[in-house]
Amino acid sequence: MKITVTLNGKTRTSDVEPRLLLIHYLREEAGLTGPHIGCETSLCGACTVEVDGKAVKSCAMFAVQADGRNVLTIEGLAANGTLHPVQEAFWNEHALQCGFCTPGMIMASKQLLERNPNPTEDEIRHGIDGNLCRCTGYQHIVNAVKAAASKMGA
Amino acid sequence: MATTTITKTEPLVGKRIRRREDPRLITGAATYVDDIKLPGMYHAAILRSPHGAARIAALDISRAAAHPGVVAVFTGKDITGVGPVPCGASLPGLRVPVHTILAQDRVYFVGHPVAVVVASDRYIARDGVDLIDVEWDVLPAVSDPEKAIAGDAPAVHPEWPDNIAFHHHQENGNVDDAFAQAEVVVKQRITSQRLIPTAMETRGVVADFQTGDKALTLYSSTQVPHLLRTLIALMLGLPENKTRVVAPEMGGGFGSKLNVYAEEALMGFVAMKIGKPVKWIESRRENYLTTIHGRGHVDYFEIAAKRDGTILGMKLKLIQDIGAYHQLLTPAIPTLSVLMMPGLYKFQNIRAHVVGAFTNCVPTDAYRGAGRPEATHGIERMVDMLAAEIGMDPVEIRLKNFVANEQFPFSTATGLVYDSGNYAAPLMKALDLVDYQGLRAQQKKAREEGRLMGIGISTYGEICAFGPSPATPAGGWESATVKIDPTGKVTVMTGACPHGQGEETTFAQITADELGIPLDDIHVIRGDTAIVQYGIGTFGSRGTAVGGAALYFALQEVKAKLKRYGAMLLESDDVSYQGGQCVCNKTGRTVSLAEMSGASYRAMKLPPNTSPGMQVTNFWEPPNFTFPFGAHIAVTEIDRETGAVQVKRYFAVDDIGNIINPLIVDGQLHGGVAQGLGQALYEQAVYDENAQLVTGELMDYAVPKATMVPWIESDHTVTPSPVNPLGVKGVGEAGTIGCSPAMVNSVVDALRPLGVKHVDMPMTSEKIWRILNSAQA
Ligand code: FES
Ligand code: FES
Repeated sequence: MKITVTLNGKTRTSDVEPRLLLIHYLREEAGLTGPHIGCETSLCGACTVEVDGKAVKSCAMFAVQADGRNVLTIEGLAANGTLHPVQEAFWNEHALQCGFCTPGMIMASKQLLERNPNPTEDEIRHGIDGNLCRCTGYQHIVNAVKAAASKMGA
Repeated sequence: MATTTITKTEPLVGKRIRRREDPRLITGAATYVDDIKLPGMYHAAILRSPHGAARIAALDISRAAAHPGVVAVFTGKDITGVGPVPCGASLPGLRVPVHTILAQDRVYFVGHPVAVVVASDRYIARDGVDLIDVEWDVLPAVSDPEKAIAGDAPAVHPEWPDNIAFHHHQENGNVDDAFAQAEVVVKQRITSQRLIPTAMETRGVVADFQTGDKALTLYSSTQVPHLLRTLIALMLGLPENKTRVVAPEMGGGFGSKLNVYAEEALMGFVAMKIGKPVKWIESRRENYLTTIHGRGHVDYFEIAAKRDGTILGMKLKLIQDIGAYHQLLTPAIPTLSVLMMPGLYKFQNIRAHVVGAFTNCVPTDAYRGAGRPEATHGIERMVDMLAAEIGMDPVEIRLKNFVANEQFPFSTATGLVYDSGNYAAPLMKALDLVDYQGLRAQQKKAREEGRLMGIGISTYGEICAFGPSPATPAGGWESATVKIDPTGKVTVMTGACPHGQGEETTFAQITADELGIPLDDIHVIRGDTAIVQYGIGTFGSRGTAVGGAALYFALQEVKAKLKRYGAMLLESDDVSYQGGQCVCNKTGRTVSLAEMSGASYRAMKLPPNTSPGMQVTNFWEPPNFTFPFGAHIAVTEIDRETGAVQVKRYFAVDDIGNIINPLIVDGQLHGGVAQGLGQALYEQAVYDENAQLVTGELMDYAVPKATMVPWIESDHTVTPSPVNPLGVKGVGEAGTIGCSPAMVNSVVDALRPLGVKHVDMPMTSEKIWRILNSAQA
């Protein structure tokens, strides 16, 4: 099937199998390396991207469902050359170790802050509950989201 | 020659510096193994056993082979000439089943690889797997290690009907005397359940065979690229110098990638057969079924003591769930538990007997802590139980039995030499931070109100920096190369293969300080056997304590050489090296690092007895392990309605020796505690009686989420290690080791009013709810 997706601001048309998952479209068709696969069963969040401004697990969607829609991945966050405040905060606060969960975690955190610009620790933990990280114990991620919140609010 | 001011004097070691590896990781630009795409690359998928034990009565690949897009299918018949998956550990009398890379006529665990399908994309490869027809002759299986060795269980390997993989015995001092003199003996069966490491990146391999050169490049998510190269070359019958292993960016390992796996050799085999690159990426289900698990202990402890709390000795019968095969280090792991059995205490009488039990499960092997969490859990539980038995405070009994400061270096009951320590220091600091007396008062009040509040302490010790080579299966040294370009830029190549631990930053900090140059002038390379000199790898909290030390010594040699060039250029024999330049102590004239390095490559003139070029490789053999220690305190409260354990506060005071980057150390500690907490409260790999893995997906295996992990308050005491010049001890596993006993001690303390003496992990709300219910009934 032919689909047209606006991916990180650029329009792309491809011919895909109906069963192709969005995550595989992004990685295999579009050649992206940011969204990762940790489970393919919508449990880990490593594949989190935005579709029309909403964070989704891209392994839980077919590529054809993204037809005509706007997809933003981690690669599109710093498209203008400056890091997004959430990216910057993850770096400053050491909110990543192996980095595998990080693109998804940053997308989820960005979404969280868009919905709740000033979250408490508890709200942050709930906001990223769909994203697993095995390395950090989440504490520095909490710090990073808080730091990004104050930067973005400032 | 310039007389510039010194460019860099401020030391970087000890500073909270944000990591240099992060820019590529936070932008999605890093290259993990699944990001590697080679021209003409095929994709592989693997048919695996759905049964714990079965004979393959018939195997028909014809439908798969005929499927459009499938280019090849290989089964156990085809892999003649490929050596078995190696076990690197040896013990007297060890039984080592032949572990072929594809099953022959029989399968031994769910997930056992049976056939591999190679196709033009990963969807078609998976379709191909579904088209293979197998007739299974299902056999009885056993998954419980105690049942396996009870005498009447199905044989995992028909040639060894008792299911015993090995016996290992260690005894020191006079245990019988100690128990005869004891005024109190406490016994407890303690389990350390099977855990699934769950690196967020599963395993993956890309194999590329260059047919013209007959050379293989294997990209694999591995913690040990050089060991993998040696062993894969042997398995595939390739010359090692034509085998290259690249460990690209890695999405976590935790020991699960410290191994040589069937699929690594299998992809090499496939690439050699089809003459095209091939990629295999493990699915999460495969990861749970076939990547090693951790722990899997049933431990019977006995501790002997006097009524005043003096510990006299300890006995342990340890049943290690091996699984169906030995992976690289499987049988060695429980021997580490035995070594760390005495913990931080000075008693000298121990007897340990380990039985390795084959089961129809995936092998166990090194998972974060690897044998030490089980040991620490045991001793720290037993000490708490002893304290409860004699009515002593858990703090007091620990202080009474700690190795005293003046006893270091201390020879333990198990033959180790603890390098340095001040065991009371982190405990006292932690007690102070939590206001221990205040907490006990709160607890008293809570109990009066009928609330279940617990305070749990663990004072852990661990063995790190693996390790002296004679004590390590494949060598315990590490290597580093420092090369300085003609333009003065510095490259560090480490044989350790860090994968998330931050050595690209910490090694640059060490280098910047030693050479007196800015961080930006330093590039750290790891993970490619074609570029980096032979190394051992990153595991056992050894990256900085052994790899960093190797780097330190390489830097000293490079500095000495720079100085010789400096002396030549300054025409003085009284020079010193500082701040990235050589200074003539008489005239104050200087030459920069770039000038000295440049002179060494142009080599118009050489200093006496000095070669051209500016590159040094150092292989460093550590004289001993290092032994970090610390105190963790968990304050919990139990919900009487649901049995849920709430962690009210969690404190960790660790002594890991000197600290190179506190930010990175905090991260290591938090992650370690989260994994220890996962074991204590949530995680368990469950096999049913048919040896089916019930917890075979993330849906059923409780990896802690952000809401399940408490805020961790942490601090340090610093007792430098004398074993290496950096004074570091290692931090990778400390959090995991310290956490689980603190948690169980806390929950048992909370339940004490109900007469509870011990709870096994994981302390799920269901388990605690049942305890509450039976106590109230
Ligand atoms: S890969 Fe999509 S949630 Fe795990
Ligand atoms: S940083 Fe490794 S999984 Fe989150």
